[in-house]
Amino acid sequence: MTGLKHLLAASTALAFCAGPALAERGADGELKIIYWQAPSTMNPFLSGGTKEVEAASMVIEPLARYSNTGEIIPALAAEIPTLENGGISEDLKSITWKLKTDVLWSDGTPFTAADAIFTWQYCTNPEGGCAQGAYFDGVANMEALDPHTLKITFTEAKPFPYTALVGSESPIIQAAQFAECTGSRAPECTEQNFNPIGTGPFRVVEFRANDVITLEANPNYRDPAKPAFATVTFKGGGDAESAARSVLQTGEFDYAWNLQISPEVLNEMEAAGQGKVVVAFATSVERILVNFTNPDPALGPDERSVWKEDGSNAHPILSDIRVRKALSRAIDPVILTEIGYGKTGRPTCNVLPGPDIYVSTANEACKTQDLEEAKALLDEAGWVPGPDGVRVKDGKRLSFLYQTSTNAVRQEFQAIIKEWWSEIGVETELRNISASVFFGGDPNSPDTFQKFYADIEMYTNNFSGVDPEAYMAQWTCEKAPRPATQWQGENINRFCSAEYDALAAEFSRTAGLEARAEIAKKMNDILMQEYVIIPLIHRGGTSAHANSLGGVLINDWDSELWNIADWHRVK
Amino acid sequence: MLRYAARRLLISIPTLLAISFIVFALLDLAPSDPTANLPLTIPPEVREKIRLSLGLGEPFIIRYFKWLEQFLINEPLAVLEQMTGLTIGDSENRLRVLSWATRSPVTDLIVERLPQTLWVVGMSYVVAVVIAVPLGVISAYRQYSLFDQIGTFISMLGFSIPTFFTGLLLIVIFSVWLGWLPSIYDTTHVVEDWDSFWFQVKQMAMPTMVLALANASQISRFMRASMLDNLTQDYVRTARAKGVRERTVVLLHVLRNSLIPVVTVIALGVPTIFGGAIVTEQIFRVNGIGALLITGIESNDIPLVQTLTFIFAILIVVFNLIADLLYGVLDPRIRYD
Amino acid sequence: MTDATASAPVAAAPAHRSLWADVWRQFRAHRGAMIGAGVFGFILLAVIFGPMLWTIDPGETNLRARNQPMSWAHPFGTDNVGRDMLAQVLAGGRVSLAVGITAMAVSMLIGAAIGVLAGYFRRLDGPLMRLTELFLALPILPLLLVAILLFRDTLRANFGPEAGVFLLIVLIIGITSWMQTARIVRGEVQTLKEREFVLAAQSIGTKEGRVITRHILPNVLSPIMVSATIGIAAAIITESTLSFLGLGFPPDFPTWGRLLFDGKDFMTRSPGRVIWPGLFISLTVLSVNFIGDGLRDAMDPRIRGR
Repeated sequence: MTGLKHLLAASTALAFCAGPALAERGADGELKIIYWQAPSTMNPFLSGGTKEVEAASMVIEPLARYSNTGEIIPALAAEIPTLENGGISEDLKSITWKLKTDVLWSDGTPFTAADAIFTWQYCTNPEGGCAQGAYFDGVANMEALDPHTLKITFTEAKPFPYTALVGSESPIIQAAQFAECTGSRAPECTEQNFNPIGTGPFRVVEFRANDVITLEANPNYRDPAKPAFATVTFKGGGDAESAARSVLQTGEFDYAWNLQISPEVLNEMEAAGQGKVVVAFATSVERILVNFTNPDPALGPDERSVWKEDGSNAHPILSDIRVRKALSRAIDPVILTEIGYGKTGRPTCNVLPGPDIYVSTANEACKTQDLEEAKALLDEAGWVPGPDGVRVKDGKRLSFLYQTSTNAVRQEFQAIIKEWWSEIGVETELRNISASVFFGGDPNSPDTFQKFYADIEMYTNNFSGVDPEAYMAQWTCEKAPRPATQWQGENINRFCSAEYDALAAEFSRTAGLEARAEIAKKMNDILMQEYVIIPLIHRGGTSAHANSLGGVLINDWDSELWNIADWHRVK
Repeated sequence: MLRYAARRLLISIPTLLAISFIVFALLDLAPSDPTANLPLTIPPEVREKIRLSLGLGEPFIIRYFKWLEQFLINEPLAVLEQMTGLTIGDSENRLRVLSWATRSPVTDLIVERLPQTLWVVGMSYVVAVVIAVPLGVISAYRQYSLFDQIGTFISMLGFSIPTFFTGLLLIVIFSVWLGWLPSIYDTTHVVEDWDSFWFQVKQMAMPTMVLALANASQISRFMRASMLDNLTQDYVRTARAKGVRERTVVLLHVLRNSLIPVVTVIALGVPTIFGGAIVTEQIFRVNGIGALLITGIESNDIPLVQTLTFIFAILIVVFNLIADLLYGVLDPRIRYD
Repeated sequence: MTDATASAPVAAAPAHRSLWADVWRQFRAHRGAMIGAGVFGFILLAVIFGPMLWTIDPGETNLRARNQPMSWAHPFGTDNVGRDMLAQVLAGGRVSLAVGITAMAVSMLIGAAIGVLAGYFRRLDGPLMRLTELFLALPILPLLLVAILLFRDTLRANFGPEAGVFLLIVLIIGITSWMQTARIVRGEVQTLKEREFVLAAQSIGTKEGRVITRHILPNVLSPIMVSATIGIAAAIITESTLSFLGLGFPPDFPTWGRLLFDGKDFMTRSPGRVIWPGLFISLTVLSVNFIGDGLRDAMDPRIRGR
């Protein structure tokens, strides 16, 4: 048990020092992290998965990142540019970043604005297939005013300019190392992609794809006292339960990530007393989506679940708001949270659950289930109970196909919600689809969430960073998936409202946080009060760390390892 | 026999090509997608660009022949270069089979993972055979004895309880309650002295036992059944009547004849060693070939899955041939000409 | 001594007895087989008639009775959303047994047929064995995804959601698990074919079909029986893997394998969730094994004579 040995060695070493206050680089020995989904590369531009982004965040850094409270803090930048300090131009068309001047890459060469510019060119190369390309949308040019001043110009006014090179999904890579790896050559640079040279607290010693990463403290890290750990072992693979067990019960590891497990099981493990479960909330919401178009299998491929401007293909049952509202009123998100998430989730009535300034308080009624009201709504809509308890109207049964991805908690939710709906006379057929197909977006598959060949579907979505503009723009008419767009598009519901589209357009022109928040709340309230989406749970990022690991501030706005330089061993 | 083997190997070339084509078509038809595991925050246009950069824009047949060229010509050359240090032709621009998820050569991934798979899965197979053959022989020889009944019971448990359950049970007992064995396999561990060897034994113990139980139960059932069939044959009676020692009768005559179906079972199992044990590798995080295959399938990493499956197919063909040749050795009446 | 001579004294016996009556007599004498048959019969009856006596709906959630231990109200306890475990095990048994037995039968039929044909007719050996190799090499998961993509909607339209999925699963498990049986049977047939009694039968002009059914098949029964026992267990467990991957039955459709899988993380909290489904799977496999043993002994002319 080398892990245990190191742990013991580290704690005895600590016993002789005066605790973590006496900071010295590498004094705390080995840090063992377990991610049950293993990173497949260290280059987040080639794979946009959360696991790759987080692993890479130990090595490469952006200009600025989000703290655990969702606040933008400088990383490689000396300060955050604002309108007040002149960093953002009056016309909102450019932003000027002052970079820290004393930063060295882990190979000892100085970090300059040229690296940032190279990163932009690298990711926007049309042949590179860069996974983080959206961060550079609207960037017209980047130029170095001097080696440590970077000016980014946008094609049009950008009310929220902290996108390019901000956050762990958009870090800066070294120009010298990746110079030969642009465009179609990007994937061939295995050595560079596995061992990027960075400015972060650690550097890669050995990278085994989808298995284990060994890292050591970066000798050129800008804070000479950090990081406290000399090495990091970053193991991957397996499932969430056993990852949690290795931290909370057997103590083999110090930190385990993304533990979506039944709350009973997690609580039982935590009770063993080896470690703590930590939760942070950002923008993830588990939601039920209602299909506004007709998914009847008898329709042809150009009709089924395709939105038509004249409204001819509306959903025969769900286009009635009373039915949608009844479905929502029959659900109790409080009980769902208790069963599926425990303290790692909380009931929500908004599709936009954060940051706080954007959160609407107009929809709280959804938290209390009211079966009688739901029944009354259906009665009013003309649906009367049939002989077997399922409501009927004009010879049609009130029956829905409810699909989601395969996942233990989702299947439990399906069972419970089916039960609630049957109490108000709604029949539900359940279907679960393998996540790799459901989220796969293959235009030939009938089972993708975009195609929505069902009446109801459930999954989680969120947005990265703190600005909801792109997220709220998802429900505009033009973004409905359809055959012409190869079924791509984010308006999965096929919801279409002129009022909503107008608000989305206004949002993209408005500057000033308060004014933006006002619009965002309005948009959220439309979606909620039209019952386009039935939000269920505001999901938190859930991790566990050993009691002996100090300095962990779990963060769902950015990489959970955002402050790993401050992590240390406690007695 | 040699001519027969040579002919079989020749026939297997078109077979393998057919297999590779069918597998490629299957993977291509399957509705999963390499961008499925990315967060939903990545917009559709970017996803489309990623797909194009993976070469998915080209027609199916062209991608198949590209893979074939990369696998049959470029990969062997690359391996040869690595081994000899020579440069053959334009090795800079020769495209190797790159995994879509890791963007690194597939053969490197396989080579990296082979050691732990061979150690754990291979060892479990050896243990299984070593346990199963004597168990089957004794069970059959003493049919319906207490030994046989207990053996039957345990082997039934062995194949009716799935490994996802036995693995977890062992972890709860030996890692959580007793704290004797590590629940997570350390693939970077290097054996250099007694202590590190002992650690290697400890970390291999649970995955090996889980797999050995499952394999031994199957093999011992076939062994027992086959022994029972042969013990009542006339030649056994004749041999006993001639006064041949009981040991010789059982171990030489009966065992040899009974091994024929068992050899098939064992030979068919050998390629699966290479295939790894998907579930067990996941539970103990051995991260060998099995885990590689399942992550490849989940992320629809076609080059990776295709290459692994093809190597797997080669092994199957070879070991089927070996089994056939062994039939001839075990039973001289079977002739292949 | 060959098959033909072995049955001669039976035929000459004063009271005429048919082959099957004889097999049955021998089977009854096999204690293990009788116990196995009894247990298997009990499980069958329980899953067929049980849900009529224990009328709680297996899908009904009860949020006030979650994670209950065994009690009179819930003899097997409840799961973490308050579904009754007894009702789930009974309902799950119907599906698991049906899938296990049918898929095993499909796989044995294909495996035995291909094995016998390949072993007996030399010219078929090459093509059939290459086919076996192809199936051995196929990666099952993508195959399933494709099969579901291609056939699910057709089957669902023709047979309804449950029967459609049932057919699909049974066929898929059946056609991806016959290869081992085929290889083993072929190996056995190759040796049998050279044995004296077969040569004798052939030399007196017995038709090939009759040689196979009368002389070859009875002698390859024991590996088939073993494969069948393993096959049932494997099919029940494969089905659970399929539902876990979202490729099997709808999620509100309990099966033994799935109950075991869902319960495994609650092993220390509510052990009933894994013990009961695990016990039923094991008992089924164990009883089928003993029935198989008994049948093999009963069908074996050499043993039956004694």
